[in-house]
This record gives sequence, C-alpha cells and structure tokens, in this order.
Amino acid sequence: MIFMFRDSSIIRWRNYKDRYMLVGFECSACGKKYFEKKGLCPCGSTEFNEIEFSGVGKIVSYTKIHSGPEVFNEQTPYCVAIIDLAEGARIEAQVVDCKYEDLKIGLEVEAVFRKFYKSGSKGVIHYGTKFVPKF
Amino acid sequence: MNVGVLGTGITKFGERWDQGLRELLLDAQLRALKDSKLSPEDIDALYTGNMGGGPLSGQLHIGAMATENLNIDKPSVRVEGACASGSLALRAGIHAIEAGEAEIVLVSGVEKMTDVSTEQVTTMLMGAGDEELDGFNGLTFPGLYALLAKAYMTKYPKLTRDILANVSVKNHFHGAKNSYAQFRKEITIDTVKNSTMVADPLTLFDCSPITDGAASIILASEKKAKELGAKVSIIGSGLGTDSLSLARRKSLTRIDAAYAAARQAYKQANIKAEDVNFAEVHDCFTIAEILAVEALGFAKEGEGYKLYQNKDTYFDGKMPINTSGGLKACGHPVGATGVKQAIEATLQLSDKAEGRQVKDAEIGVTHNVGGSGGTACVHVFKRMK
Repeated sequence: MIFMFRDSSIIRWRNYKDRYMLVGFECSACGKKYFEKKGLCPCGSTEFNEIEFSGVGKIVSYTKIHSGPEVFNEQTPYCVAIIDLAEGARIEAQVVDCKYEDLKIGLEVEAVFRKFYKSGSKGVIHYGTKFVPKF
Repeated sequence: MNVGVLGTGITKFGERWDQGLRELLLDAQLRALKDSKLSPEDIDALYTGNMGGGPLSGQLHIGAMATENLNIDKPSVRVEGACASGSLALRAGIHAIEAGEAEIVLVSGVEKMTDVSTEQVTTMLMGAGDEELDGFNGLTFPGLYALLAKAYMTKYPKLTRDILANVSVKNHFHGAKNSYAQFRKEITIDTVKNSTMVADPLTLFDCSPITDGAASIILASEKKAKELGAKVSIIGSGLGTDSLSLARRKSLTRIDAAYAAARQAYKQANIKAEDVNFAEVHDCFTIAEILAVEALGFAKEGEGYKLYQNKDTYFDGKMPINTSGGLKACGHPVGATGVKQAIEATLQLSDKAEGRQVKDAEIGVTHNVGGSGGTACVHVFKRMK
C-alpha cells in the first residue's frame, strides 16, 4: 500500500530543485541553513530564502549497505553517508566511485548528478544527487 | 499514576506461516482474557498497536478488527508509531483509565511480517524514517543504526566490536530460556562477528529478525486492580519525540527522545535510575541496546560498554537487561514489541519468568523506540504490595 507512491512521478517532481541542483533554504531571520523544506525555524521565523549549496561537504558518519530496498537491488551493496555541507546544512547521500575502505569520517566529498532508480509499474526513472570523494 | 495489570497473553513469536494478522491478534487476546479470568464483555476499551498491516497484509482498520474478534462493540483504536506502536497503545490504554473513561482496557500489539519478501519488509520499515531524506537515498534501518554505530564507536572507541557482540550473545542466552522466543539457541561472539554483513559494522546477528507475533495485556484502574487481585502496576509513562531523519538530529551518539521519555516516566513514578531492578529495552540492533542503557541512566553517555564487559546484564547479574531475549532473540514483530516488553516486566514482577527470573525485583522498566529515535516510550512497572 505505501509502495504506491513509487509509481508517482509527481512526488519526485515537487523535489526537482533540491534533488537536481542541491537547492536548500536559509532562515531569513537567524541564517540557519536547511537542505529540506522547513516551515518553521527553531528561532520562530517562518521566512526562508532559497540558496544553492556548493556541493562540497565532509563525511560525519558512513556505512555500506549490503541488503537494501527492492528499488536499489541493482546497486547493492552501496555506501551511504551523513554529510555536513560546507555552508552548514546536514544531509544524507550515497557516496559513489570509490572503495568503501577509502571512506573515513572527516573526508571531503563533492556532489554529482546521478540516476537513482527505476520504479513502479511505469518504470519511472528517478535522478538525484550523490557524492564522490574530493581528491 | 497507578494502573494495574490483570493478565497477559502472548503468541509464539517466529515465522508463523499458519497464521494471519487476525488469527495472531485473536490468539493473544484470548490468552490475555483467560489469564485475567475475564470475558470480552468486561472490556471497556481496546487499543491495538500495529505498524505494517497496510503495506504487508493490505489490512488497515485494525481497531474494528480487534473488537470484531471478540464479538463486542466497545471503543477500539489502532495506534501507530512505527516500532513503538505497542508502547503507544499501552500508553493510550493507561490514559483511557486515568481519564475515567474505562475501568478495564485490553491493549494489544500485532505484526504479520513473513508473508512478503525481506526487501519488501525493509521498504515498509523505512516508512518509519524520512522518505524524502533517508528512504530516497537507499537508507535502510540497519543502515541508519550503522551510521549511529559508526559515529558512536568513533567518538567512544571503548565500545569495541567484541563488546557490541556481547549484547547479542546475552540476548540469545535469555531467548534460549524463553518459551515464546523466536530463537532459542545460544550463540558466541564469533557467531556475531562471522555472520553476513548487513550494514557495516552491523552483521546479521547484530540485527533483530523479521517476526510474526502478537501480545495482549489487560489493564485496570487502581480500584478494580485491587478488587481483582492484580500483582503488578504501571506507575510511570513517558513519551519523547524527535526528527524522523538522522540528518536533523542534534547528536548521532545518543537518542534524545529516549532520554526525554525516561525523564518523564521516572518523574511520574517518583523513582531514580538506581531504583530500577531490570529493564526490557529496544535492541533492534546491538548498538541500540548500548544507547538504551545510557538513555535509561544505567550508564553515562559513552560508558554503556561497561555493563557488557562481563555478565552484569544477564538475568542473575546486577542490572538484567532483556530477559525475554530482547528484540534480537525473542523476535521483533514491530507493533507487538512494546506490549511484549510490558508482558516480560509483568512476568518478572509476579515471579512467573521461568528459568530467567530476576531475584527480588520490585521495579522494572520498558523502553521502546520507533524508527531511529523519532519516537521513544518508557514505562515503569512496580510489584504491588
């Protein structure tokens, strides 16, 4: 039942800006930055400006997933990290084009545009941002 | 707060090919009624915890199913809070009694997980995370806890791989002594370390299994509980919440919602962590048990490893944890787990935990987490004088 959303291209269309261009939000009152849409900042403000992140960040924690959801079957195993973007927001993303052994906490990474998966009965292809080590 | 426990009922946990969602729930309900010497007409309200009925069985509307099972027409609600659904149902039942709306409440938890593939269960469970931030990037629940484990073990390197494995070894030791547990086999540190990698550093034996099962517990007002001779009461209930995604958390080395839940529950029960004689905690992964004992105040943050260097957390140790076998060995039918924890606490405090009985226990605590810490619920149980 909850898998029905995987057939929807609308649900991803809503997120094109952040998925494709790493566009996030900055609280216009306190300056705190968010990758995801946020309606209410802990400072109390509801005003946000769009900002485009540079795509550079550092790994805060990481893992290699050996058993993933169905839509990622073709890519399993894959690495996922929690990344602090240089501008201040924290996001989760896959880290690709590297050996898992090369990853470490504090490693600099940068964003790349990649295909994610094909899903649903119509085979909708989803794209988004992954990261690669910055050497 | 003082709400009595009149009786409990639990199905065998495991791969229950022979039973569907409805049958499992009915089995637990009838066992609890029998144990309490009550009939369905005695029940004033029902609360049932369930997470995956929709995606896994195509079955929602479990509130009405719970009363239909018993041929009654009383108020009945399904409660969902991911893997903490069972504890949230328990809390809702307590509140119905505290509000004076009901004198006797039947609280259940049920999950039917083995009808579909592991990948499908993995996808359903990720409904507890943030679909946009976690799910889209291919994160899984083992993945989220692996991220917590990696961050924790980097900051607190005294939690070694072997000590982490001890959590699972101990829970299997207890599971072997529990007749309704899914896995009744003892294991060694090597079993854990040499098992298949699921999400580095967590291997298969660091992870709780996919389980079918149901659990029911019957609660009563203080007055009714005394009248009917209840032996155990619930004296505190706390609930904390936090962001769905790990990316929005303040810390990656603690589950803040669980600290908040414990603080509330202890305050309500007027106890301190030192007063607790045993606990049933949410060890969905081995690292989660370390985070749990710290949140409950049995160890300071970063020092949870100390309880696992020797046998302190065994049923005859100084701080028994998960005498049921925990989620790891007893099994984790997600919506039922919180109620199962309450049943284990009740069995311990009424001297019915055969083969794993904690000696002279007066106070026990349950700790149930939804998602990677978006919800955490803590209850305090006391032996009635």
